[in-house]
Amino acid sequence: MSVRRLAPKELQPESFAFTAENLDWAQKTIAKYPAGRQASAVIPLLMRAQEQADGWVSEPAMRYVGEMLGMPPIRVYEIATFYTQFQLLPVGRKAHIQVCGTTPCMLKGAGDLMKVCKHKIHPEPFHLSENGNLSWEEVECAGACVNAPMVQVVRDVYEDLTPEILENIIDAFDRGEHPKVGPQNGRKSSEPVTGLRVLISPELFDGSMVGQGAGLAAAREAIAAREAAAAQPAPVPEPAAAAAPPAPPKSDPAPAKPPVAEAVKAAGEADSNGPAKPN
Amino acid sequence: MAKLIVDDIEVEVPAEYTLLQACEAAGAEIPRFCFHERLSIAGNCRMCLVEVKGGPPKPQASCAMSVRDLRPGPNGEPPVILTKSPMVKKAREGVMEFLLINHPLDCPICDQGGECDLQDQAMAYGVDTSRYAENKRAVEDKYIGPLVKTSMTRCIQCTRCVRFTTEVAGVAELGAIGRGEDMEITTYLEAALSSELQGNVVDLCPVGALTQRPYAYHARPWELVKTESVDVMDAVGSNIRVDTRGREVMRILPRLNEDVNEEWISDKTRYIWDGLKTQRLDRPYVRVGGRLKPASWPEAFAAIAAKVKGVPGNRIGGLVGDLASVEEAFALKQLLTALGSANIDCRQDGAKLDPALGRASYLFNTSIAGIEQADALLIVGANPRLEASVLNARIRKRWLHGNFPIGLVGEPVDLTYAYDYLGAGPDTLTDLAGNGTFAETLKKAERPLILIGQGALSRPDGAAVLALAARLAVSVGAVKEGWNGFSVLHTAAARVGALDVGAVPGAGGLDAVAMTNPGGVDVLFALGADEIDIAPGAFVVYLGTHGDRGAHRADVILPGAAYTEKSGTYVNTEGRAQIANRAAFPPGEAREDWAVLRALSDVLGQRLPFDTLGQLRAALYATHPHLARIDHVEPADVAALVALAAQEGAADRAPFRAAVSQFYLTNPIARASAVMAECSALASSRLAAAAE
Amino acid sequence: MLADKDRIFTNIYGYEDFGLQGALKRGSWDGTKTILEAGRDWIIDQMKASGLRGRGGAGFPTGLKWSFMPKNNDGRPHYLVVNADESEPGTCKDREILRHDPHHLVEGCLIAGFAMGAHAAYIYVRGEFIQEREHLQAAVDQAYEARLIGKNNVHGWDFDIIVHHGAGAYICGEETALIESLEGKKGQPRLKPPFPANVGLYGCPTTVNNVESIAVAPTILRRGPAWFSGIGRANNVGTKLYGISGHVNTPCVVEEAMSIPFKELIEKHGGGIRGGWDNLLAIIPGGASCPVIPADQCADLIMDFDGCRAVKSSFGTAGVLVMDKSTDIIRAIARISYFFRHESCGQCTPCREGTGWMWRVMDRMAEGRAQKREIDLLLQVTTQIEGHTICALGDAAAWPVQGLIRHFRPEIEKRIDQYSANPHSDPVPVAAE
Repeated sequence: MSVRRLAPKELQPESFAFTAENLDWAQKTIAKYPAGRQASAVIPLLMRAQEQADGWVSEPAMRYVGEMLGMPPIRVYEIATFYTQFQLLPVGRKAHIQVCGTTPCMLKGAGDLMKVCKHKIHPEPFHLSENGNLSWEEVECAGACVNAPMVQVVRDVYEDLTPEILENIIDAFDRGEHPKVGPQNGRKSSEPVTGLRVLISPELFDGSMVGQGAGLAAAREAIAAREAAAAQPAPVPEPAAAAAPPAPPKSDPAPAKPPVAEAVKAAGEADSNGPAKPN
Repeated sequence: MAKLIVDDIEVEVPAEYTLLQACEAAGAEIPRFCFHERLSIAGNCRMCLVEVKGGPPKPQASCAMSVRDLRPGPNGEPPVILTKSPMVKKAREGVMEFLLINHPLDCPICDQGGECDLQDQAMAYGVDTSRYAENKRAVEDKYIGPLVKTSMTRCIQCTRCVRFTTEVAGVAELGAIGRGEDMEITTYLEAALSSELQGNVVDLCPVGALTQRPYAYHARPWELVKTESVDVMDAVGSNIRVDTRGREVMRILPRLNEDVNEEWISDKTRYIWDGLKTQRLDRPYVRVGGRLKPASWPEAFAAIAAKVKGVPGNRIGGLVGDLASVEEAFALKQLLTALGSANIDCRQDGAKLDPALGRASYLFNTSIAGIEQADALLIVGANPRLEASVLNARIRKRWLHGNFPIGLVGEPVDLTYAYDYLGAGPDTLTDLAGNGTFAETLKKAERPLILIGQGALSRPDGAAVLALAARLAVSVGAVKEGWNGFSVLHTAAARVGALDVGAVPGAGGLDAVAMTNPGGVDVLFALGADEIDIAPGAFVVYLGTHGDRGAHRADVILPGAAYTEKSGTYVNTEGRAQIANRAAFPPGEAREDWAVLRALSDVLGQRLPFDTLGQLRAALYATHPHLARIDHVEPADVAALVALAAQEGAADRAPFRAAVSQFYLTNPIARASAVMAECSALASSRLAAAAE
Repeated sequence: MLADKDRIFTNIYGYEDFGLQGALKRGSWDGTKTILEAGRDWIIDQMKASGLRGRGGAGFPTGLKWSFMPKNNDGRPHYLVVNADESEPGTCKDREILRHDPHHLVEGCLIAGFAMGAHAAYIYVRGEFIQEREHLQAAVDQAYEARLIGKNNVHGWDFDIIVHHGAGAYICGEETALIESLEGKKGQPRLKPPFPANVGLYGCPTTVNNVESIAVAPTILRRGPAWFSGIGRANNVGTKLYGISGHVNTPCVVEEAMSIPFKELIEKHGGGIRGGWDNLLAIIPGGASCPVIPADQCADLIMDFDGCRAVKSSFGTAGVLVMDKSTDIIRAIARISYFFRHESCGQCTPCREGTGWMWRVMDRMAEGRAQKREIDLLLQVTTQIEGHTICALGDAAAWPVQGLIRHFRPEIEKRIDQYSANPHSDPVPVAAE
């Protein structure tokens, strides 16, 4: 974390305003939070402002968002400088490459990736490449450790990288292309690169998991016990049913399996026929 | 109440006490930086760590934990807190070391040196060597206005200043940007703070990060003589300490008084002192051939005596200015009475306040501390933020506690708290007295407070407005047994005291307006009266401190003493008599005002019957015994308000205008201050920017 | 090895449809209404009986945590907040739930929310997880569409789910910092007490749970606590998502039984240590804040809370970082110190000042540019931070350094010796005579 400052005056735009589409989105976003808590939307709105304005947050944008949320500008300034995803300086027009440099990626060669960035973009982070298309920085753990090393470019991640692949990716961005995202070593996501070792039983995916479960049977028993207790006027020690030890897993006969599609429907019917709303 | 044991001492404290308070109750000293009684709890400095027996095996922040969070021992023994255990010692030394690793070793050039919490606590709780071998952090200084100077490398990120401005001052302008070790305190884009209370952040800053810009490098605390006194910049009567070196006032600091200013003072109170050194009247002057010429005291007195001779008493008058002490007003009144004049007035602004209506009709009866008991507030024709900034902070404090509806009649301005804007003038007040939703609010309240400003009273129909306000107060139940919610907010420090001694026209006497109108009087004694225009014609004897409006109009100038240069009684807006003490001496040939009046009376052949201030006060106390009860509020008889409420009178429709529009320039001392001029210019430009 | 049928997250690699249709087929939203009808107390009792311990790192029993929410409503709404601010280096398990199996989480929110009397859940996803957030939002939208949640839904418990996000601050994974951030402030942890269960989001009773803790709840309730508690060993039960990163042949995320031996985990799923078992230098078992475990203690290491604690480390989030002998262990831990310095919120003194101090010393030590006595100094600094801060980030920053000194002190000393034997310092200027 180094000292974060706003961009110098000469780089700041005159003003900022959301596009009609983003304004509409912003109003909907604010409405998600309870009345009087519109400040909750400050991060989403600033982020949207950053996306709209070429990937960085300008001073007018901070003020604009503050006014929209009824927040004093200093509070928005605090937010923009505290959260490091907000770029306070202009970034590359086509790509801002964020190289994860934290230990898991470091062990897998993040240093070499940064060498590529230094060589191909600029020797210093947060500086634009000569043509203004690219910039880079080292970020802290981006949360893709099993796919290390990786970079994030705006909204996309490029994982399982080698310096050569990163060079190609950077070149592609420079040309204005959008390289294929995700792992670059042939795997789909976070499974072993050599192929699946687990989750290969077909019954996991054919619907036969539905309706299974001793827990559901126990739930039904608990409901029945409660209803029986409610029907009887005599006082019953009521926590008994709830505190009863759970039924053993396999001894209970599994209820008949309804077809998948009907499961939701059945739940809906149960809603109309069932007892009072659960408390 | 809860019992607990602090270092073997058993104490019983209220359960809502924090551990820090409980430890102090047991006599244990707890070091702290971020904690402050009047601010929210941040718990971030970690200096106040104590050991709680039986709790988690780590020290606890005593400022943040309350006694009720403690669990008793297995057999119900009271919880045990240790403040001197090895764990606590290690914790304090550790925190101290962390605070110091990035703190510069610039104490010799730091203005906080000698009164620095970090310095003191490093001595008491730190170790004597540094183990930190890396480079120290340097932080860019920030501009946050002409009053507060920053040396941000010294900042220890306690956030007291941020909490003060946000919570007490009510302006969310300071913040901590960045994070981690790069966290920095600043305003948005380094704009100047706009609060009238911003100087208090300097007192709150436990280190030398925020210091007083006007005082920068002027003096060291140990060189200064400290005099306890009272402020006269407004009618709050803030308790202050005047620090002097030799004859010079070096700075002014607040003094704790829970009933008046707590521990805050306004910026005008704090930074006025450069105005005490400029534009001063340091010798008498006499107007000769249309120009003021320096003169000796005897020459000046002779000129006055020559003029007064043969003028009938009813052609002589006196004005009591806004900074005059009770003693001077009393002496002037005595002198005029002796000269056969009933023409005296202390109401330069024409406020329709009259001691004849009873003392309750012009006091802030609720008392300042009483604001915290109120449960609804109506502000009439006042801008308390500018007229009494510290009192306004008290209103905000009450408002922050919640359930405090506030209504405003007058100019809609930013008061740092939310209010219902009800209307602009007396019409609204009439409506309120009848019905209206806010009238209902006031009626429903148990302790409604009605605050009437000078803006509502210093107008031709002021008396009618005053009666109207009293009627409203009575009708909503603001005046009753055990609660008097009728409160007049004054702006002049001298006003209540002068009203108390009857410095208003006697039978057949002329008021301020009549005296200053063309042909009003032939000789006018103006006791520091700078807020009024005196028409040509009268021979004006000005007794005051600064070359301001009054001095420019004068025919004879008698140099007097400013409030820091004399001992004088001031009665604040609540009716609280307090004594301002002499911290320095008047410049040159200037003398204390009461002594000047006494000497003048001799020359005029009407020698006043006192030779010392003690004798004067004895005479004063004999006729006005309540003034002898210093620091005490004499409750006024509420019957006066009931009578006032019954008075008839028609108010016109003109909207109320605030009594103070330029906060930084309300009196001659302030107008002589370069610091106040800078603040005023800033405030004007802010106003202009806001109007765009 | 855990049987496929005992896995909760059956689409963790995203080979199937992450959406509602796919999720229904895999068993999500099955009997949810019955579970809710069984009542709030029943659900909490089942959760307690399951022995589920929070999956966010601290391992606090989830059912117990839910039970802390006030039973009687005092007029304030209750909130469930889901901590999807997964940012601990080495940890990337919640990411897979969010993007590939989000309906587990959505359904879990409804059930957990119901169990704590909450009508709204806020899911705080870290800002960098954009695709993940969009998948989650899509799942939430589908659930609204199918009236599984929302007003007047088929489950009879009005429930809203709001997907919120951060913007790059590890500290927001601390529950009170997360709440602050959700309220639109800087993510600076609050003082406790009061605990969120009393005064949390917007001043209302709030429970903050990790994604995985909430996402496994529906399946636990469906299959019964006995099934869940039958996996693993006592006090460390159930299934767990492990992340295996670093110097293994096939890094991956995998759901496995609690208490699986480390060696089995690595051999079966990680494809073995790069260069063979003997090439192992050390591991960090559960995210960057857990002290390092040297190879000689890994052979018999049981991957669970108690197993890691037995070797003075911590199970954390089960994101295992494996380091082989090519690793510069001092540099690796120094990078972790850099991380914590970068992520300290700056609020309280020991962490703000101490993380920077530790990193600077560590950085020199990685070079060897230090004195041997500074090793003890560093250790002391860590103890001055640990336990003296508002939140646990101070502790988290101290532990890796403590672990390094505990196990690799000779390595540090060797580095210092090497440096002093051949220092790369500038030539000493000689005064011109």
